[in-house]
Amino acid sequence: MKATAESKAIKLQDKKLRFKMLKQNWDCYFYIAPYGLIFFTFTVLPVLISIALSFTYFNVLELPKFIGLENYKNLIANDDIFLTAVKNTLIIAIITGPVGYLSALMFAWFINELSPVVRAIMVTIMYAPSISGGAYMIWKVMFSGDTYGWINGTLINLGILTEPIQFLTNTDWMIWVCVIVMVWMSLGAGFLSNVAGFRTIDRSQYEAGYVEGIRNRWQELWFITLPSMRPQMMFSAVMSITSAFTVGDVTTTLFGFPSTDYAAHTILNHLGDYGTTRFEMGYACAIATLLFVTMVGVNEIIQRILGKVGQ
Amino acid sequence: MEATRQVDVSKLKVSKKKFNPGPARSRAGNITNFLFLCAVGVFMVLPLVYTVCNAFKPLDELFIFPPRFFVRNPTLENFQNIGVLMSQSWVPFSRYIFNTVFMTVVATFFHIIFASLAAYVLEKREFPGRKVMFKVIVLSLMFTPAVTGIPNYIIMSKLGMVDTYYALIIPYIGGSMGLYLMKQFMTSSIPNALLEAARIDGASELRIFTGIVMPLVKPAWMTMILFSVQSMWGASGSTVIFTEAKKPLTYALGQIVTGGLARAGAGAAVGLIMLIPPLSVFIFSQTQILDTMASSGLKD
Repeated sequence: MKATAESKAIKLQDKKLRFKMLKQNWDCYFYIAPYGLIFFTFTVLPVLISIALSFTYFNVLELPKFIGLENYKNLIANDDIFLTAVKNTLIIAIITGPVGYLSALMFAWFINELSPVVRAIMVTIMYAPSISGGAYMIWKVMFSGDTYGWINGTLINLGILTEPIQFLTNTDWMIWVCVIVMVWMSLGAGFLSNVAGFRTIDRSQYEAGYVEGIRNRWQELWFITLPSMRPQMMFSAVMSITSAFTVGDVTTTLFGFPSTDYAAHTILNHLGDYGTTRFEMGYACAIATLLFVTMVGVNEIIQRILGKVGQ
Repeated sequence: MEATRQVDVSKLKVSKKKFNPGPARSRAGNITNFLFLCAVGVFMVLPLVYTVCNAFKPLDELFIFPPRFFVRNPTLENFQNIGVLMSQSWVPFSRYIFNTVFMTVVATFFHIIFASLAAYVLEKREFPGRKVMFKVIVLSLMFTPAVTGIPNYIIMSKLGMVDTYYALIIPYIGGSMGLYLMKQFMTSSIPNALLEAARIDGASELRIFTGIVMPLVKPAWMTMILFSVQSMWGASGSTVIFTEAKKPLTYALGQIVTGGLARAGAGAAVGLIMLIPPLSVFIFSQTQILDTMASSGLKD
């Protein structure tokens, strides 16, 4: 009895404190408003609308009609192309996500031990592919199936091939071409965050580590470096997940839309197909919602795992 | 004030001291590292070098068998061709450049001011709802335009923003990446004691923001400029802007690339032009950008 009374008193005090905090800091809302309004309208609201529309039939011309889980049922049970898209996206994400993530970490680590000038050059070289949205277009020329394609031309000239491989239309090759290009582009903001993170690790920690008997660079990495890098690794994970799951422009540019036999059709391509070509907005929103939920879920799992690094 | 300054100086000394790798380095490991980095560097840089080479190749070198990687007789023909193509379009080339520059400058300017203001309040003040808002912002790093595109279009059309400059500018102002980086940067770069001192001296919040906070976060401005140049330069806006005279440069250049074999030379030159602005911003401001990114980590 006494305990509940006490907790009640604490709660009341809490409320009073909150109210006091509100009263003292009401001006904060005023400062946050310009950004907050735009952020809400163009970032939060679209997600909410997307979730709401995913339960409707909506063709833009007529008002949305509520149809319950029909879109989701159709997606999973009746849409073979969606399942192909899921399969392709997962292949790409499962390879490029971890490879991109680990290379963003490893290269940042290696680069950190170089001299400042070489380091600056290496950072620029490695970040350059992801810096410009259209840089990957060059791969289309390199992988081209005619004799002007540099890879095919060189291989034929060396006598390794007798006829060109149709990298961009042969269904056996397409997804791997996409993976190569995605890995090439994977050192983005997360990589920069890692590079910067390595520079700020407190050096005295290493000296203490050597005294305590850390013998090689792998032990140093696991016991000292990675635990101090945890915040950067978590940020980098968010970036990797986002780029790995939202492959779309790359496949459209390299393989055209739709790609041969849907061999490089991704969830995002499917979303674009229904959203901007067929105007079945409800269905497109269901795809967007599923993709979004998957990304948030994967992120949640990875953040948990990263929380255990070096422990 | 004096105390914080002293702490800063001592920190600088520590970081300037040359890092002694200590006993945890083997020579074989160093060599392997170096070779590995070289291999990766080549993989990363080859396509970029090829982009540069192609831009300067005359047509007969672009279509030659066996294909040559490097350019033999560099020419500016391809760039001149872009000029010729552009001078034939009924919207003058300068108009496209104006559109892109205008949208980038306006979006970046308001993004920096609004996002910094919000970041300052989120980081340095206590108010109910603060933590929830930051959680939503972290989550929203995963809301890529690809996923929010369709509802975004509906909202824009309701607000009458479709087919205006605002369609590209305003959503960018509310982007979450800039705010996130700015807030994380403020944690480490603005000592609370400094703000307290200013408050005791009677400075208003707005005065503190313009006089103390903004100058201290200058390195973060460069990062925000980089990200906005990167994203505005890459945005063709083809889903929200339909009037030719309002379209950005990227759209116009993109059309040259789709012109097929006849435009291959001009297309190669476009590939290079697209690469230059964001890359030069990055090269010129690398130090500041890395300073900002140092505090970009996500804390649990």
